[in-house]
This record gives sequence, C-alpha cells and structure tokens, in this order.
Amino acid sequence: MGLIDKHSLIEKNATLLLVGSLLVVTVGGIVEIAPLFYLDNTIEKVDGMRPYTPLELAGRNIYVREGCYLCHSQMIRPFRDEVERYGHYSLAAESMYDHPFQWGSKRTGPDLARVGDRYSNAWHVQHLDDPRSVVPESIMPSYAFLKDTPIEVKDFSTHLVANRRVGVPYSDDMVSNANADLMAQADPNADTSGLQSRYPKAKVGDFDGNPQQITEMDALVAYLQMLGTLVDFKNYDEAAGYR
Amino acid sequence: MRFGTEIVLLSLFAFAALVAAGFGVDEPFRQHMWVLFFAVAGFTAILLRNTDFKAATPVDSSAYMDGPIRYGAIATVFWGVVGMLVGVVIALQLAYPDLDIQPWFNFGRLRPLHTSGVIFAFGGNALLCTSMYVVQRTSRARLFGGDLAWFVFWGYQLFIVMAATGYLLGITEGREYAEPEWYVDLWLTIVWVAYLILFLGTILKRKEPHIYVANWFYLSFIVTIAMLHLVNNLSMPVSFLGSKSYSAFSGVQDALTQWWYGHNAVGFFLTAGFLGMMYYFVPKQVNRPVYSYRLSIIHFWALIFLYIWAGPHHLHYTALPDWAQTLGMVFSVMLWMPSWGGMINGLMTLSGAWDKIRTDPIVRMMVAAVAFYGMSTFEGPMMSIKAVNSLSHYTDWTIGHVHSGALGWVGMISFGAIYYMVPKLWNRERLYSMRLVTWHFWLATLGIVVYAAVMWVSGIMQGLMWREYDEQGFLVYSFAETVAAMHPYYLMRAAGGAMYLTGTLIMAWNITMTILGYQRKEQPLPGSAPALQPAQ
Repeated sequence: MGLIDKHSLIEKNATLLLVGSLLVVTVGGIVEIAPLFYLDNTIEKVDGMRPYTPLELAGRNIYVREGCYLCHSQMIRPFRDEVERYGHYSLAAESMYDHPFQWGSKRTGPDLARVGDRYSNAWHVQHLDDPRSVVPESIMPSYAFLKDTPIEVKDFSTHLVANRRVGVPYSDDMVSNANADLMAQADPNADTSGLQSRYPKAKVGDFDGNPQQITEMDALVAYLQMLGTLVDFKNYDEAAGYR
Repeated sequence: MRFGTEIVLLSLFAFAALVAAGFGVDEPFRQHMWVLFFAVAGFTAILLRNTDFKAATPVDSSAYMDGPIRYGAIATVFWGVVGMLVGVVIALQLAYPDLDIQPWFNFGRLRPLHTSGVIFAFGGNALLCTSMYVVQRTSRARLFGGDLAWFVFWGYQLFIVMAATGYLLGITEGREYAEPEWYVDLWLTIVWVAYLILFLGTILKRKEPHIYVANWFYLSFIVTIAMLHLVNNLSMPVSFLGSKSYSAFSGVQDALTQWWYGHNAVGFFLTAGFLGMMYYFVPKQVNRPVYSYRLSIIHFWALIFLYIWAGPHHLHYTALPDWAQTLGMVFSVMLWMPSWGGMINGLMTLSGAWDKIRTDPIVRMMVAAVAFYGMSTFEGPMMSIKAVNSLSHYTDWTIGHVHSGALGWVGMISFGAIYYMVPKLWNRERLYSMRLVTWHFWLATLGIVVYAAVMWVSGIMQGLMWREYDEQGFLVYSFAETVAAMHPYYLMRAAGGAMYLTGTLIMAWNITMTILGYQRKEQPLPGSAPALQPAQ
C-alpha cells in the first residue's frame, strides 16, 4: 500500500508529527462546538429568563463549591417518567446565564432543575441541616455549617462585573446595587421594589429562618427556590423550539 | 553555587504567595495561598540544606537522565495509594453517610479529590515518568533541557497539591475533571508547556532515524491535553487576588466544551498516553516485536481523529441540539474499531510467547490490562447509543464503566510498567518478590470484577426503577426508594474497591523493598525457570 509507505516521512520528522496530530485532533471540536456559538436555533426563544439576583448567584456559587453537581443533575430529559417526576424537560435557554453549566452527569440524588417552589424554605433548611430527618433513605451529607457561616460580601458587584464580561446582561443599575440587592432579598422588612424591578419574580424573605444575619444558607435556599421557575411555559412554542 | 538560581526564584515565589495570603479577597483564597507558601517555603528550605559551593560535577551528557523518573515512579505509587484510598472512603460515604465530615470531607469535596487523585496524580505521574523513560531509550538520547525534567516533575507535584487542597477548601470551577481554579490552571499550563518542550526536544535530538510508535502516542497526548486544557478552562476571575472565576462559556456551549474536554481526558490522558506505555513495555516484557506496524499506523491516526468527536455522548437527550448528539453517537460507535485495533496490536504482540501469561505475573498484568481495555472500549460505544444511554445515563452503570477502564486498563498497565522499570532504575537484579506481584494481580483483577459487576446490576436496576410504571400508569418508585435500594450494592462496591486498594498497598510494599535492595527468599514461581528434562 503506497500511502502507508509514505508514513515514514512523518515518522522521521517530529515537527510533521506534532503539527499533523494537532490538526487531526482539532477537526472534531471545530465541527461540533463552533456552530453552537452562531446557529440561531441553539437556544430556544423563551419568555422570563433573567440573570441571577446577587443572592441567587451567591447561592449558586455555594452549590458549585460544595460539589452538589456530583450527585444532582439539573437537566430533565424528554422522557415520560422524567417529565412526570420532575416537570417540563429542560431547555437550553434555562441555563443560558449559567457560568459554568451545572447539568451534572449522575443522579445519586434527584434532579434539581425544577426544585424551586416545590418545598418550603423551612423544609430546605431542615433538609440541608439534617437530611435524614426529613428523608430517612437519604445519603446526603449534612450542610449544617451553612447556617452558621455569614455570607462574605465585601463588594459583590465584582461578581456581577465578571459575569458581564463573559456575556451575562447585568445592567449598570444591577451592578451598582449589587450589595444592596443581596441584603434586601434576604431581609423580610426591606424595601424590595428596586430588586423586583431589576429581577422580576425574585423571591424575597428570610430564607434560613434567622433574621439576625444573612448566611450561606439564605443564599443557597434562595438559589434552590428559583431553580426552573423563570421560564413561562404557557407561552413556549414547543415545535419552534425543537432542534 | 548548587541550586543558587532555584533558591532565589523559589524565595520570591514563596514571598509572592505570602503577599497573596495577606491581601486575598476571599477566605478560601487566603487559606490556599498559605498552603502554597508553606509548600514552596518548605521546598526552598530543603534546597538550602542541600546546597554547597563546590564546583558542580560535570554531567555525563551521553547517559540517560533517570533521576526524575525514579522520583516519578515513587510518586506514582504514592499518589496511587492516596487516590484509591480516597475512592474507598467516598464509596463508604455513599453506604454510610455519617462518614461525611462537614465541610472539608463531605462527599462533594472528596469526590474531585478522588477523581483528580487517580487520574492526574497517579495516572499523570505514571505518564510523566514512563514517557521520560521511553523517549530516552527509544531515541537513544538524554532528556532535553538540562534540569527541565526536574521542573516538570516538581511543578506537576505542586499542581497536584494545590488542586487537592483547593478541593477540600471548596475552591472549584465545578467542571468534572477540570475542577482546579484559574490560577492553578495557569500554573499547570506553564508546567505542561515545559513538558512538551522536554518531550519534543528529546525526540528532536534522537539518534534513531525513526520516531518509535510509543512516542507518537505520548506526543499526541501531550499536545491534545494542552489544547483541551486551554480551551475548557477559559474563565474570568472575579479578582486577581481571589479564588473565584466564572467560565467563559455558558449553558449549552459550556456543556459541550466541558464534555469535549471530559471525554478526551479519557481519550488522550487515559488512553493515548497509556497506549504509548503499552507499545513500549509489553514488547519489552514479553521480548517480542510489536505485532503489526501497519495496524499501529492506522489505529493511531484513526484513534486520535475519532476520539475528539465523542464528547456529545455525555449529553444525550439533554438540551444539546440533536444534530450534535447524533454526531457524537456515530463517532463513538466508530471509535470501537481503532480501539480494538490497539487492543489486537497489544495482545498479538504475545504471539509465540503466550506461555508467559502463565509464568510471568507482570505479563499477566499487562495482558489483563489490554483485555480490560478491549472490554471497556466495547462497552463505551454500546453505552453511547442513544437508546442504551437513555437507561444508563445518570446511573451507576457509567461509574462501573469508568472503573473497568480506569482500574482495569490504566491501573494494570501502569502497575506492569512500574514493575518493569523499578528494578532497572535502581539497578536491582529483580523485584523484591514475584509472588507478591501474583497476589497483587489477583486482588486487583477480582476487585475490578466485583466492582464492575455490582455497578452493572445497581446501575441497570436504578435506571429501570426510575422508569417503572404500574398498570394504572403511575410511577412505581419514589426517588428515595431507589436510593435505599442501592445500599447493598454500595457496600459490595466498596469491598471491590478495597480489594483493589489492598493490591496497590502490596505493590507499594514490594516496590519499597525493591528500592531498598532486598530480595525476598521465596520459591520461584512454577514455570519461571526452564525445567530440565532428561534427554530422550
């Protein structure tokens, strides 16, 4: 076979081998990944998506930090059993502001893509504090320390700015009110009209049941309670979203 | 002065870490910088104690540079024990959740420690030291760049320490197998480029006209990992003195970039690199040439071309567009062929020496590795078929599949290479004990069989329970019931893992005694020496 005999050229030239193998391994990524950035139908058209509130974002960072994604997916597949168990199948649009995505790859615990509004704040706090007190079969670790850890906010606007740099549409208004919005969302007595106008459907309240301080528990529960609640499925055109 | 420049640079590095520990904007970052400070300062102190002002003895530039390889072999065994021990611990945490100790030793923080520990610390060190060993001997050239190899070795260990301590402190990018945060990623980039220069430089100064096939695989592994690492870890730090960063991509694009990376961490880190190992150490240990030169060419190019496409099979039925899922599935199925090309080339290298499986436990280990490679590269394409994946995804079946590849292929071929290299690196006549190698082989093999079989059963059961309906059309099981059903399987899995870990501990003992120069007095294994027979 003639072609195979010519292979000795590559075998005798390290540069050729290096460049050749690099070219060969770039093809797949270019064909598969690059179109996702410019094909219009990659992300469905939906109503209701907005960037995370500062408190939700802080909660999401705790979710990432604790490795929740290693046991909980946030991606409901379009199967009868999953839709019945968890709700409407997940859309790409629902994670469009997720840096990083948290779809997960393993369900040691249940999917959390639509856990928002399913349980009360108090249930979440007790479950995170002592999982087996509410779900005896659970094998989840305890996250009681979140209740006692005040949230570390020096200047939370830097987090919004970093997100804006990678494409999340945080407005100047949102950035300059970042700290105030973060505090207001967890304070039942605060004036939240500004927060609500900047972040429609934001849930407010004393999430962890401790009005004395804003803890990591407040943030995590605020995040869990909004998961999957933003998109308005009454107006969603399923056929147009298929791709 | 010996180590003069190194000591000055390291002191500056330690000082920079101290400054960062003082001015860091978040608490985990400050703690992490203290870890960095103590690691670098401790290393500087060791160098200071070993420095002197005598003129350095000239290096024999014709001899192979084996110092970093010796350290690498020890590091491989050490990190292997650590990574597998953490694996057994987290397996037990799933069976007994009271073993979780918040916040540092919760499952969610230990699991990346296990995966990175076995993939990057154990596997990475095995790749570093074997590639340095192989490239010198097949090129008949000393490692390029003087002390560059030492920088690569110690730089990589620093990466491991920073990644591991970061996970425990909660510093993570939240991307599987790419968890280290931006500054640790930057450090790894520097080390990796140095590794590429070291490896390529050694090939360029070779005295052999041809580049040996093992080096094609090692080179493509180094280059591809560089590309994957750079693209997948693109992220925006919140502050240059803070641990948190936000990934450059979001949602669906982020997901595919991550699994393009994730699957090729398997494809290039855990496959191409270890195939390089196979192509050197199997022919050496059985003393036979590689079975087919043509097959090696075809399967090399086919493997590296096809592997890159397989990522989307991790995202079947998700919000990733269907066309990408289908492409990923088709290429994953095609990937079966080059994978088995490699397996056939490895196994058939034993042509004419099959009896060594019976007489040489190291050959047995290598053959088992290649056999497990074949098995898991059949299972993988099967699981990437969308219909199969709809059942297997999100279940323990995936975990079982990964472990039959990782324990069976990656682990066993590395053990074989270590057993081959260590007596040669320390000029020992033989290993401390061949009988202990046999013990290691059986414990490891049975451990994998237990592990994989248990995970098949639990995974398929889990998948079926999730989708089971009764005659009235209601879901039969709540999620909590499916969790409870896993308990006995989690216990058996931990037992399988513990067997494998025991085998690794036996290896650690055997290797330590070999390095110290002992030889165990034992009956030679049957058949290892030719039996004398009376003349007919």
